[in-house]
Amino acid sequence: MSEESYLTDDFLRQLINVGEVDILVGLPTHNNAKTIGSIVHTIQSGILRGFPRERAVIVNVDGGSRDDTPELVTGVSIDDLHPASNLYALRTLPAISTKYASSPTSGVAFRTILAAAELVRAKACVVMSPESTNIEPEWLSQLLRPIYDDGFDLVTPTYRRHKFDGLLITNLLYPMTRALYGLRIREAYALEFGFSGHLGSQFLGQNVWNDGTGEAGVELRFSLAAIAGKSRICQSFLGEKIRIEHHTADLVPALRQTAGTLFSALEPDFPIWSAVAGSQPVPTTGADHEVLLEPLRVNRKRLREMFSTGVAELESVFQSILSPSTLAELQRIARLGDDEFHYPAELWVRTVYEFAASYQKSVISRDHIVQALAPLFRGRVFTFLTENRSASSDDVEKNIEGLCLEFERLKPYLLQLWKSRE
Amino acid sequence: MREMIISELSQALHEIARSFAHFLPRLIVMLVLAVVGWVIAYVVRAVLRSILRLIKFDKLSENAGASQLLTHAALPSATEMLSRFVFWVTWLGIILLGVRALGILGLQEQVAKFFLYLPRLFVALFILFFGLLAASFFSRAALLAAVNANVPSPRVLSLALRSIIIVFVLSIVFEELGLAEQTMLVAFGIAFGALMLGLAIAFGMGGRDLAKRFLEKRFVRGKKEENEDELSPL
Repeated sequence: MSEESYLTDDFLRQLINVGEVDILVGLPTHNNAKTIGSIVHTIQSGILRGFPRERAVIVNVDGGSRDDTPELVTGVSIDDLHPASNLYALRTLPAISTKYASSPTSGVAFRTILAAAELVRAKACVVMSPESTNIEPEWLSQLLRPIYDDGFDLVTPTYRRHKFDGLLITNLLYPMTRALYGLRIREAYALEFGFSGHLGSQFLGQNVWNDGTGEAGVELRFSLAAIAGKSRICQSFLGEKIRIEHHTADLVPALRQTAGTLFSALEPDFPIWSAVAGSQPVPTTGADHEVLLEPLRVNRKRLREMFSTGVAELESVFQSILSPSTLAELQRIARLGDDEFHYPAELWVRTVYEFAASYQKSVISRDHIVQALAPLFRGRVFTFLTENRSASSDDVEKNIEGLCLEFERLKPYLLQLWKSRE
Repeated sequence: MREMIISELSQALHEIARSFAHFLPRLIVMLVLAVVGWVIAYVVRAVLRSILRLIKFDKLSENAGASQLLTHAALPSATEMLSRFVFWVTWLGIILLGVRALGILGLQEQVAKFFLYLPRLFVALFILFFGLLAASFFSRAALLAAVNANVPSPRVLSLALRSIIIVFVLSIVFEELGLAEQTMLVAFGIAFGALMLGLAIAFGMGGRDLAKRFLEKRFVRGKKEENEDELSPL
């Protein structure tokens, strides 16, 4: 098999020792020594509770930890669970580990997990994030049960989030994915998700690994491939999403993982998304979202200033990307004061669609196009924060729904832009 | 005496006539070559122009920033410029081959020099084009990074980087062409040194507070500045 060439001999030996399994839990790590022990315990507990008779394995793929994270994963004994939880293993639950690189790369980590799943012929797989410190044993069942029992191919999570958390998802990724692919998947880019062995093998065989697009945002690419391949998809409510600070530090990598990945998938998926009209809900276990409303202090002024500076300083870049009318409108609102400033949904959607079309045409370096979206996104965030400052959970949801419908309404504009290149 | 003069004159006239008769076919060959060369150069220009339009060379040149330079200098588009350049080089090359056929010793040497110089000319043009492309790419990358990091005066930073790369590229181009190598080297050294010194002084004098704030923000664990990064984008 081709994947054998990038799996180390030692890891292959470990997989051979494990043999065939029903369930594989993938755990990508990088310097997570502080939290990994309790996470592995929770995973073990989740497997013992939900799948006591199934053959399961925990596969840790490590991106060059220097704090002995892999040793901690493989060193956690299932026997430690007994006194506290009254759980008893009917089978062994091995935890194996491999170091795939000296620095973390989500694409390579995920590819290693997929290759391992294929080799041990796992029926259902789940990827867990080592940064979700509030993980509960039930998450395993919630992500695996629809695959194992109901024949779904992909289970994406839904969370309880603060209304201002995940703004890139609520203002770009969710509405655009929904408008283009026609499925209302709240978290197409998720760090915890379940999938069938069949879907994993299919994705492993796709040509996304060598073109560079398989690196950042591979999880989103996986979800989009599942949608494009007409796989059976559902959502499962997990609980509260813990905000991870060091992941949010830079907006540009987040844009690369989401907007960049989505834009790059639009070209191969054109026959699929161009034929879709409207959107359909996907089966969901539990709530499809929950919103927390506690007050949060945010420096909105800085957001607006960065938007205005970006529009002024990047004019030459925007001239290559945006239509003259969109750019003129952005320049007009950039001159407005904090009180009058408003980045309307329609303008935001036109902006994003023009960025997507320019990405396709490669009018300048594609990475530069994605980076240029950051200041404009800040302007949109400013408006979103202003509009929802004292909004209730229903109002927030209504506003997001309104934006989604705007993305759907203006989809013909994207198609028109797309065809104009030809 | 008179007969001697007439004889010498007629001999000289004969010599001239013989030389001219000897030279005339070569001249005709040269003229024919010039005409044929013009036709060949014209065809080469037409083919090259079509190819460049097909591969959207103007767009590439626009991205490289070369188009803006040409527009500022009131010159035609990059495709037109390159086509014309190749036309003249081809035609001139063929004419010089014809000149070689004339058999004039001094000229032959110059013609040989011209042909030896051609590869350097092409290499210089190649370096210039890709140098401008690199200058455009890196200055845009710097501009975007500076804007997204909220660094003051991002356009100045980008322009400075672009200027440094262009000066560097031009110095290589001149060196490749063998034009005023020493002057260019000294000029580049002075310009680059002055720029670096200027930046060092500017950062040293004007950037003390900025550096202090940066270091404090980076290393001192105090009250965290309230910013948009507290909002998780994902």
